[in-house]
Parts: sequence; C-alpha cells; structure tokens
Amino acid sequence: MLAYIVRRLLYAIPILIGVNLITFALFFIVNTPDDMARMQLGVKRVTPEAIAQWKTERGYDRPLFVNAAAGGVAALTDTIFFQKSARMFVGDFGRAEDGRDIAREIATRMGPSLAIALPTFVLGLFVAISFALTLAFFRATAFDVWGVVLCVAAMSVSGLFYIIGGQYLFSKVWRLVPISGFGDGLDAWRFLVLPVAIGVVAGIGASTRWYRTIFLEEVSKDYVRTARAKGLPETVVFFRHILRNALIPILTGVVVVIPTLFMGSLLTESFFGIPGLGSYTIDAINAQDFAVVRSMVFIGSVLYIVGLILTDISYTLVDPRIRFQ
Amino acid sequence: MRDFQIVILWSDVLVWLLLAAGIGVGVLIARSPPLLAAWRRVSANRIGMAAAIVLLAFIGVGLLDSLHYRPALESESRQERGQERQYAVEVLSLLDLLAIPLRTKNEKTYSAPFATRLYAMETLEVPGLGTVREFPRLKYGGSHLGEREDAVFADAGLTALRVGALAMLGWLALAGAAALAVGGWQTGGAWVGGWRRIWRGETAFAWNAVLATLAVILLVALPLFALAGQYHVFGTDKVGQDVLYQILKSVRTALIIGLVTTLVMLPLAVLLGIVAGYFRGWVDDLIQYLYTVLNSIPSVLLIAAAVLMMQVVIDTHPQWFATAAERADLRLLALCFILGIMSWTSLCRLLRGETLKLRELEYIQAAQAFGVSSWRIILRHILPNLMHIVIISLVMDFSSLVLAEAVLSYVGVGVDPSMTSFGTMINNARMELGREPVVWWSLAAAFAAMFLLVLAANLFADAVRDAFDPRVA
Amino acid sequence: MLDVKDLRLGFIAGRKTLAAVDGISFAIARGETFALLGESGCGKSVTAQGILRLLPAAGRVLGGSVHFADEELLALPEAAMRAWRGGRMAMIFQEPATSLNPVLTVGRQIGEVLERHRALTGEPARLRMLELLRQVGIADPERRLDEYPFQLSGGMKQRVMISIALAGEPELLIADEPTTALDVTVQAQILDLLVGLQAERGMGMLLITHDLGVVARMAHRIGVMYAGELVEVAGREDFFGAPRHPYTQALFAALPEVSRRGRKLVTIPGQVPSLAAMPAGCRFADRCPQVMAICREQSPDWRPVADGHQVRCHWQGTAAATAVAEPAAVAVEGDGAAFLKVAELKVHFPIRKGILQHTVGHVRAVDGVSLAIAPGRTLALVGESGCGKTTVGKALLQLIPPSAGSVVLAGSELVGLSGRRLRAARRQMQMVFQDPFASLNPRLRVGEIIAEGMAALGLATASAAQAAAVAALLQQVGLPAEAAERFPHEFSGGQRQRVAIARALAVQPQLLICDEPTSALDVSVQAQILNLLKTLQAELGVAYLFITHNFAVVEYLAHEVAVMYLGRIVEQGSAEEVLGAPLHPYTQALLSAVPVPRLGEGGQRIRLAGETPSPAKPPAGCHFHPRCPKATDLCRQTYPETTAASPTHRVACHWARLEARAVLIQM
Repeated sequence: MLAYIVRRLLYAIPILIGVNLITFALFFIVNTPDDMARMQLGVKRVTPEAIAQWKTERGYDRPLFVNAAAGGVAALTDTIFFQKSARMFVGDFGRAEDGRDIAREIATRMGPSLAIALPTFVLGLFVAISFALTLAFFRATAFDVWGVVLCVAAMSVSGLFYIIGGQYLFSKVWRLVPISGFGDGLDAWRFLVLPVAIGVVAGIGASTRWYRTIFLEEVSKDYVRTARAKGLPETVVFFRHILRNALIPILTGVVVVIPTLFMGSLLTESFFGIPGLGSYTIDAINAQDFAVVRSMVFIGSVLYIVGLILTDISYTLVDPRIRFQ
Repeated sequence: MRDFQIVILWSDVLVWLLLAAGIGVGVLIARSPPLLAAWRRVSANRIGMAAAIVLLAFIGVGLLDSLHYRPALESESRQERGQERQYAVEVLSLLDLLAIPLRTKNEKTYSAPFATRLYAMETLEVPGLGTVREFPRLKYGGSHLGEREDAVFADAGLTALRVGALAMLGWLALAGAAALAVGGWQTGGAWVGGWRRIWRGETAFAWNAVLATLAVILLVALPLFALAGQYHVFGTDKVGQDVLYQILKSVRTALIIGLVTTLVMLPLAVLLGIVAGYFRGWVDDLIQYLYTVLNSIPSVLLIAAAVLMMQVVIDTHPQWFATAAERADLRLLALCFILGIMSWTSLCRLLRGETLKLRELEYIQAAQAFGVSSWRIILRHILPNLMHIVIISLVMDFSSLVLAEAVLSYVGVGVDPSMTSFGTMINNARMELGREPVVWWSLAAAFAAMFLLVLAANLFADAVRDAFDPRVA
Repeated sequence: MLDVKDLRLGFIAGRKTLAAVDGISFAIARGETFALLGESGCGKSVTAQGILRLLPAAGRVLGGSVHFADEELLALPEAAMRAWRGGRMAMIFQEPATSLNPVLTVGRQIGEVLERHRALTGEPARLRMLELLRQVGIADPERRLDEYPFQLSGGMKQRVMISIALAGEPELLIADEPTTALDVTVQAQILDLLVGLQAERGMGMLLITHDLGVVARMAHRIGVMYAGELVEVAGREDFFGAPRHPYTQALFAALPEVSRRGRKLVTIPGQVPSLAAMPAGCRFADRCPQVMAICREQSPDWRPVADGHQVRCHWQGTAAATAVAEPAAVAVEGDGAAFLKVAELKVHFPIRKGILQHTVGHVRAVDGVSLAIAPGRTLALVGESGCGKTTVGKALLQLIPPSAGSVVLAGSELVGLSGRRLRAARRQMQMVFQDPFASLNPRLRVGEIIAEGMAALGLATASAAQAAAVAALLQQVGLPAEAAERFPHEFSGGQRQRVAIARALAVQPQLLICDEPTSALDVSVQAQILNLLKTLQAELGVAYLFITHNFAVVEYLAHEVAVMYLGRIVEQGSAEEVLGAPLHPYTQALLSAVPVPRLGEGGQRIRLAGETPSPAKPPAGCHFHPRCPKATDLCRQTYPETTAASPTHRVACHWARLEARAVLIQM
C-alpha cells in the first residue's frame, strides 16, 4: 500500500511539469511579451521604448529558454522559463501588476476563501447525500419521481440566478443579512450565511441526482438481497449495507475536490465581495494581470493533484479490497 | 443587382454543417435497427418528446439567425450608373429581417413590459407649462393607443385573444392531421379512432405530449409576437433595446456554444479514448497523461487564460476582420474550440474504460482470431457499441455548456461583449437590481429563457439516456 | 410444514403484468428436501423469492397462499414478515461472489442475523459465530471472522453464506442453485455439507436447480417446472425410475453420457414460449413428441399415476416411444497423423509490484502443455476453473502470445509468426466461444458476422459469392437463410451458438477450438449443439479441441482426454483409458465428484479437501499434493515426471508411476 502511494506521488511530478509547460506555452509562446506589453499599455501609448520598459520592469526582457548572453548555469536560469515558470515549484510566484507579492497575497486570501468553501462543501455533501438516500429509499414512488424532477429543474437554473436572486431577496428586500463584505472573527457569520446557503442550494440538484443513481445501482446488487433475506429492516439495509458500498464511488468524485476548496469560488466571492482567492482571480482576469492568472493556474493544478492522491489514499481506507492488497 | 450581399460567417457554416450531419446521422440511424429501436424508445417518452419540441423551437430560431446578409446602402450614388453598390457594415440575419419592428423600435432607455412611458423621469419642455419632470411617453411602445394609455390591458388582451384563437385553429388543424396519420388514411372513423388513441396515450410515438407542447408553444408564442409589434412585451434595456429581441438573438449564441463545442471535442475524445483503451501500452499511458494534465488545470482558469491570450491575438490583428460581426463571430468560435479542448477529457476517459471492457469481449476476440486489422475492429466492432455513450454525453453536455457560457461571460472571458448572449444580457443587467426602483425584466427574461432551454435539454437528455442505456434496455 | 397453494407471481412490464409463475402448489415436510427442477426462465427462482417475499422491484404476488407453520405468509405485513426471513426461513443464493457484502467482515455479516433473530451480541455472539463457521467446515474460524469476502475462495464464500443462513436456526432452508457457480470438487463438498446439516437439524429444504445430478444426490421429492407451471411431482424413486411427463423424459434423454456415444442425443425442438404469449392449452404442446389435439385446447389437470406421483399431462402412455435415438453419422477417421502439435506451451503473465512496477513473479497460467490432435478427432481439455484451459485455447490461436513452447499447425510453426503468414495459418484453426451473448456483435447482422472472417482472410470477397457462402453455412448449422438479415438479439442462446459455429466454419478450418460452447445453455439446447458438432465432424472431418469442465459432455463426445490442473496436464490418453481407468488421483476425484443423474450410483466417493491454489504461487513439488489423499514426502518435494501407462495413456504422478510399473511388471 505504501508503495502504491509513493508511486502516485511520483506520478504527480511529470504531471506538474506538463501543467507548467502548457501554461508557459500559453502565456509566453502563443503571444510574445511584446504583444502583452502593447495590450497592457493601450494602443495610444505604444512606443518601442515603452514596451522595452514594460518588459524590463517585469523581467520579461529575458530570452525564453536559453540565454546565450549569460554564461554557465545562468544561460538556463536567467530566462523567462526559469524565472517565471520553473520557480513556481518553490513557491516563488513573482509580483502582480500592482507590485504586490503574489505568494503573500495568496496566503492571506486563502482564509476567507476557505471560510466560504468549506462550510458550503460539507453542508452541500450532507444535504445532497441525505436527500439522495431518501429518494433512493422511496424509489419508484411519486415522492421519488417529483424529487428527481425537482433536481432536474434545480440543475437547469443558472448559478448566477441563485446568487443574484438570493442577494436581492435576502439582502435587499428582507434585509436579513448584509449584501456583501467580509468580517473577521465571530462577526463573520453574518457575511457567510447567505453565500454558503446559496452555494449549497446551487449545487444540490446535480449532486443529488448523481448520488441517487449510485444508490440505485447498489440497491440492485445481490448482497442487498442477502441482507433483506436476513430479515433486516430496510433502514439497516440502507445505512449499514448500501451506504457503505455507495461511499466508494462517491468518494472518487468528492475527495478530489477538497484541496481545491482553497481556491475559493469565483462567482460567490466576487458577488459577495469576499477577499478570497476567487475574487482575486476574477480581478486579475479583468485587469488582465497575467502573472496572477498564471500563478493561480499552477496552484490550482497542484491542489488538484493533491486531491487525486488523497482520493487514492481514501480508497484504501474505505475499500478493504484495496487496503489488504 | 441585388439589394443585399450574402455574408457567410464561419459559425454559420458550422451550424449548417451540423444540421447536415444531423440529417446524415438520422439516415444512418434509420438503417440500423438497434439504433432505431433506441430512438423509438425516446419517441415514446412523453416528457422527452415535449422537451424535444421545445428544443426544436429554439433550434428553429437559431437557424433563422444563421443566414446572414448585408443590406445595400440607400445612398445617393445608387442612381449613378456603373457605381459599385455599397453595403452596410452591419451584418443582419433572416431573423433580423423578420423581427424588424423589434430591432428598429428602440426607445431611449429602460421601459417596463407593456409600458407606454419610460421608466425614468425626464425634464421636458411643455409649451405653456415650462419645464416639467415626468415620465415621457415612449416613441413606439403602445403608440397606436394615442391618448388612451389606460387601455393597455384591454387592447393587449384583445389582441392576445384574437391571435390565440387563430393559434388554436392552427393547432386543431395540426392535431387533426396527426389523428388522421395515427388512425390510418382509411375513410370513416379513422379520425375519431386516431384521436382517441392519441388522447389515451396508446400510440407508440408520444403524440399526446407533442401536440400538447405544440399547443402551449403556439398559444404563447403567436400572441407574444403579435403583441411585440405594438408593445415592448419584455420591456427595454438601458439603451432602449427590446428585451424580447435580445432573447431571440441569444438563442443562436447558446446553441452554437452548446453544439459546436461538442463537435470540436467529439473527434478528439472518441479517437483518443478508443485508441487508449484498445491498444493500451504506451499509447494508453501517453493519452492518460495528456488528459490528467489537462484535467488538473482548473478549467475556468485555463479557459480564462486561453481566452485572454486569444483576445491579445485578436486585438493585435484588427486587419483580419471586415466587420465587427466577423470579429465577434471568430471570438465565439474560438471560445467553442477552447471549451472543446477543455472538455474532451471526461468523455475520453469514459470511452477508454468502456473500450477496455469491450476489447475483452468474445466477439472482438473472434474478429482478432480471423486476423481482422485493428482499425477495422475499432470501426466495425468497438465504435458502434460505444455510440450510446457518445450520444448520451452529447446531449448531457449541451445544457452544462449553455450554463457555462453565462458564467464565463460574467467573468469576462465569454463571448464578445458586442454579441448578444444570455451571459452578456445577465452581465449587463445584473447591477439593475440595485437600482431604485428595481429594473427586473431584463434579468428575469434572460434567466427564464435560459431556464427553459436548459430544462428542455436536460429532460431530453434524460429521455435519451433512459433509451440508450443498455442496462435499461 | 411449508404449504404453497396455487401461488401466482408476475412481473410488471409496461402496463401489463406477465405471470412468471402461474399457479403452482407443493408442500415440504420437516426434514424433507423438495427439489424444484427446471430450465432457465421456467420460474423456479422466482418461486423461491416469492415464498420469502423477496421479489425484485417489478415483481408482484398475484395470488395463492404460502402457509408456513400455521401462518399465512402472504397476508403478513412487511414488518412481521422480516421476523420470518432469516429466522425460521433462510435462503442461500447462486452467486456467493456477489451475494456477500464486499465491505463488511464475515463476522459482521453473520453477527447481524444473530442480533436480529437470536438477540445475541458481544462475546456470546462471537462464540456462536465461531461455532457456526466450524459447522460449515471452515478451518481457522477465529481468523476468518475478521476477514472480508474478497479474501475467501469461492467455496469458502458459499460456506459463509450457509452459516449466515444457519445463524437464525431456520426450519426451512431455501437453496437457489447453491452450487451452480462452483467447481465440481467444491460442489461435492457443499452438497455433502448441506446433506449433513439437514440431517443434523431436521430442516426442510427447498432446492432450486437445473442439474439432474444434484437432484439425484439431494432430493427426496422432485417437482418439475416448465414455463411457470409444475408439470410433474414425484418421489425420487418414481422420478428416476419412471418419469411420466414427456418433458421430464426428454430432459433425461437429452443428457450426454457415455452410454450414448455414437448416437444422436434426443433434443426438444423449439423454444419455451415467452411469458407474453403463453399457449392456451398445455404449455409444452408445441414441443411435445406425444402431442394430441386436446393438448392444444385444454390445459391438463393433475393426474395421479402412483402414490405421491402426479403428472399434468393428457398423454396416458408411460415410456417415450419416439425416444429411439438414431445413430450419429460416423466420423471419417483420418490417417491418425497429428496435424496440430503443441509442445511445452507456456503462458506466463508477469506480476508487477512496488514503486517502479518491476516484475516480482509470474502467474503461470499455462506451464508446459503438450498436445497433439489428428484430423477428424476430438480432444477434450478438462479442468476446473482457473486451471488454464481457456488460456491454452487462446494461446493456440495466438490471441494471447505464448511465453515459450511451440505450436506447429500443418507443419508450420505459429509462435512468433505475425502479419500475413499468421493470417494464413488462422484459416486452419478457429474458435467457438463460451458465451453466445458476448460472442456476437449486437450491432451487426448475422450475415455480416459470418462473412467477416471470409473477408478478413480474403475468401469469397465478391458479394454474391459471399452471400451464397453465408446461406450455405446457415443451412449447415440448421438455421434458415433469412437469418442472415437479422440481428443477434432476435435469436435464442442455442441459435446464437449456431451462428458462432457458422462464423468459425466460414473459413473452412481443420480445427475448431470450442471453449465451453454449451456451458451457458440448457440441457435440451446443449444436446442440439452437441449433435450439430458431431454431424459437422462427420461431414467435414474437422477436429475439435473441446475445452470443458463437464464430464458428461466429455464422455459423450471426446476421443481423447487431457486433464489439466494448475497450468499443467496431469493425465492424458484416450477417452476410454482416462475416464474408465483414471490413474491420477485428481482425475479419480474429479470423476467421482460429478453428481450422476441416476439413483444408487456414485459408490465410494473421493472427496478432495480445499480448492485449487492460485497459479501465481503453485505449491512446491507436485502441484496437487496439498489436496491429494495419497501425498507423500516425495510429492511435496519434486514434481512427478510424466510416465506412460500405455502407448497412449500418460500420467504425471509419483503414485501412478508406481502403479503403472506394477502393471507392466505383472504383464
């Protein structure tokens, strides 16, 4: 089992390198730094000098891969690839357009992101699994049919609608919670209630339907018939037998998401003015701040890969067939 | 000399190609009884067929909006002989032609649905009274009423009733034809018999659902369009444009995003998925590596990055585009390509897994025992047995792509801001809820139309999945 | 004790309800085993589930009564019914591999029943569980209690299933095909266990099976089901001595066995009518050799023919008059020179482990197999699951590349061949697969399926010639020419297997590798396919490598027999030698473990302990020694060499070698 995990960890390295190369190609080869400079500076102010200055300020004046001018190791290190892409592996993300250190910014913004994303995730998972279990329990009844219809309807509503509608209703019309913003300490809950609730509601349709399918798949298996033949009540059959087995496929989809919770949610954070990584990313996209976008892509990938490894580990915990092999 | 010049946008080409491909696939399906049987099961599903009719209505609007032209300019030079005819920069579509009243009757700014006056106070010079602050009369909305502004309800109601009755007649004709078709063309009682069978749901094809949906569509759409000539039925937006018109224009954008994207990702996903599963070994390793890498990059960010880069390309090469519409069109297509490249991975993984299972099946081994070549086995034995997965994922992806467009446009990496789409509509209107008094109609209309489209797509996808899933069959 | 009256069970299909079980009545006394016998789809499993009210979601009880110990089970509310399930009535299922919950320990799964029905928890429950596991013959129960089902072998899982059933101290045990998924030697163990437990506890038992051999071994009384109805009920003596219903008689006559060699098997023409289109009269009328006019109009009533022997049939006769089997065509004997020679064939699959996935060992699926087949002959390769027999078949065809050894076909070496020359060799040799449902591509027409090989190997490429060839092949395997235009799903299992045979014959091979071609089929259909194979051999002179675990088929069909155990052939010779005078203890045990569909036979049974070990770690010395009743230290240390007991009979056993030598000395 240990060898298995080590092997998964080793596999992460080429993937990270792949991610790094793709982002590098996207940001520096599809468009040269000159193109970006022109774009940033705006049409009117473009002069060769301005472009050169823009590039020097940001360190984009180096060659892409090989710096023939520099000697020795510097030929490889004093390049855009090494300075801007390879150094991300050690947590050096450089500076944003406004001159702030991206790494520090990310560190301070993770907290608010997590404050929204974690409760949304936990609550959403709990609600969706309970709802799906209920639907599967009453399968093929009117309750189940209408439950599924409700799920499909909920899935068909744009996520933006939940946010805009929720803000309008709860903050503007009924004035129950502040419309946006973020507070520290205990006071924070007033700002968190609405975004978390909206996050849960927005995700419920799709996940409930998915979990329900998984439960129904388990319900039709032979071991369930065995459990019924033992004379066990249906609740025991569901909670002891079906839930345990259904957790395995559910885990695949769920555990991988956990690390990426740090990234926050783009929409929720930007609508509710929460100073997290999601709104940071959106601001960067709108300001066309490539350094920040690049860093976020890299971090997102790292977190996703951590998620993959966590998924593998969680299998060994839940599924005895893997644990004992 | 014509009064217009046909413009063929790239997306138009793809749309009509898609339609042709759809018809081609339809012919192929008609020749393959197992597939035909599956589609028969779809056609027996009431909810599925009702959803399909709604989707067809949307597709009809989208197709009308995919025939573009540039009208000739009414210029002085027109009389002079030998002069090249000048065409407008503005690219219009057949839909624009049909919806001239909607397109041209622009007000100054916001007005509520069925309003006769603007939504904002203005300072007006009234002769004899000096300056007055009041809600000015709309230029077009309800202008035929003249002074009888309080008669809106009665007037609109009457028009709706008249057109509704007409719609009902049209529907009855359709229903009669359907009843005759079901009852068979023999004389005597065929009509009644057919009607009874439709009504009781005894037909193999879900005629009752189709007819009921048609009735609702006719009863809603026809009066709506009749009224749209006289009123702004969904109100107007900030610059006074009719919201109904914007909704109609958004349909094409949504359909293109939903359909062209899948067209892009399909060949990639199918080819790579099957090849990885069938050949295994290093090919499989490579393809798995490729999609794990792509998967591990947060999709919104990768899309954002790619779109930003594309934006730079477009901005630095303005000479490529003759009109703004062409630029917006290319950006739309580029978005489809980017979305397609991001979204092939999940289908690819699915197909790989299924191919791994299929290749162990005995009929594949039987073919191998005859020395049938690998590519022939893939084409004859594996691909046809994966078609159901491909079809299911095609219809399932459609709705999520339509929803994704709205989010991306909000984030600022969606379609060109000049292109009407549900996303840009929502993005432009989202601050309006903060206004006092509230402007709700733009948002409500955009959300409602999108909901209708996505719901129909989801319900249809469910019907397709139920019919094609081998575990059900 | 159990009294089922006029039970009717059905399934909801769309708006209609189809009756799968249509009015059956029977009773089971304490300590009695009642067997419900029937072919697939006759409603026997549904009956079992109906009695416990465990029908699948679409199933419905349509009427009748189930009386158990003075209680009407069908009238009980669901909550009260649960007290009976697993308590006084328990059930075991066909597939032990899927019937246990994979993520709960054995102890947990048995403990549930103890807690529910005997109110035992904690230490007393644990003691009881250990006792139960010992009763079902599981060694080292302390360890097994904390293990998960995947850590147990197939036979062990079924033992655990039985211990779960016993935990509630049932008075009635319902066993639904309890040994169908198991190997013969393990089946024998489980059947012995069930007989022992029943005698010990005086349980009633309802045994659901399709296997006449299992019936002969277990049942006191037998009910034969056909198309949802019981057609004959009899005690064991009457049933085996004088079966009266034409269907029962046909079932017996269709069995392949040694006494029927060289003759055609009796088959039942046609198919079981579908649930949606049941004939109004006797349901068997369309397939019955004794059919009369009244049979098609009126469903027969029960008619007693002897004490405790009833039959539902209009026909008053006793013996099947038409059951005179015609002799099968005699195969053209070739010159006896083998045209396929396999020497020291090995197929090893690497086991990869560790961080870098280096190879740490090999699964020796096939470990040095040597065979030879002459034209027009049938060689049966016999063995239990996991012995590598299927892998041998695929390695011969080069579907799996052999790791070592040689396969010489008509003078040319196949191993290492590729491309066009391999394709040419493949014309000589084709395969018929086990599962008629998985071996035909559902998306192709039958004609396309049959023509595929011809096209791939460059025969009859012109479409007219191809169509003519397909029509001829279809006729040869007994299908109408129109079949070419239809799709596989329109055919029954037996018909599909005919299509698969036609496909293989399309390239005119000299050797057909038949991988368990009848094991997925019912007895009556199996007889049709066996007859067809025999006829084809006589007409075309094709040789068969017949891979099977079914000894009855081997006895009926094979000229030569090779017995495999853990990747190696342990005994090989002519059918008479191997089946009549087996030398290897494994062959002897296999033969005696096969349940015989007759009374009073079987005699001294040799019971093998344990199950086949994994081919990844075969035991040292003779692979068979851990299960062998005669094993000595020599067996534990060295693998025996192959000795010849006669010019054609070879065996790999230390004991057999001594015996063979003794025979030779005496001569």
